[in-house]
Amino acid sequence: MALIAANGGLDAAYPPLILASTGVAMDFEVAVFFTFYGLYILHKERMPNLRVSAIGNPAMPIAIPSIVGMLPGMSSMATSMMKNWMAKAGTATIPQLLESCVEFGVRLIACQMTMDVLGIKREQLIDGVEIGGAATFLEYAADADITLYM
Amino acid sequence: MAYEPNEVLDCSGMSCPMPILKTKKAVDKLEPGQILKMIATDPGSKPDMEAWSKKTGHKLLEYQQDGDKHIFFIEKV
Repeated sequence: MALIAANGGLDAAYPPLILASTGVAMDFEVAVFFTFYGLYILHKERMPNLRVSAIGNPAMPIAIPSIVGMLPGMSSMATSMMKNWMAKAGTATIPQLLESCVEFGVRLIACQMTMDVLGIKREQLIDGVEIGGAATFLEYAADADITLYM
Repeated sequence: MAYEPNEVLDCSGMSCPMPILKTKKAVDKLEPGQILKMIATDPGSKPDMEAWSKKTGHKLLEYQQDGDKHIFFIEKV
């Protein structure tokens, strides 16, 4: 199973981590390629503080007009709302899911090129991450039964 | 038929994917032939446990529902 995590919003971080951790729990071999903003899911400091955008997010349960979403504090509000809903539903946090991924042996591949673009250093990422490029991922994905871009 | 579990795992209040992740961890610690009793309140846990069992090969011996509790007996292969 080969996943690509290319987005760094709190809401965007859940699907690849849920599928990756569940995948290894079901005895799939799993690799996730983290690229562009998806790299922040592996970022030690930013990962626990990923946020939800209140702008351009028409699917939020409470409709927030874009002009209101632009106000200071709206993103924080949307983020804490989402964290509340997830906690109430008994869903794992992003750090917990990531921990399961590492523990169960998901291959976490950080994209070298976008690390350079975003100025992210190896030591800013969590332990257990390998660094590679498009070819590293594709060579793995060539034999995968499931490949998803998230 | 009543099974005598070697371990009991309570996943009440947890939602997807935690019951599956905890079950995997618990089953990893068992010896083949040993039985895990897992309790979940997530209504999605029944189809998920069936799928997990089908994929991993660990046997879902029995499923019971008691109010909002879903109870699974799993044998490690």
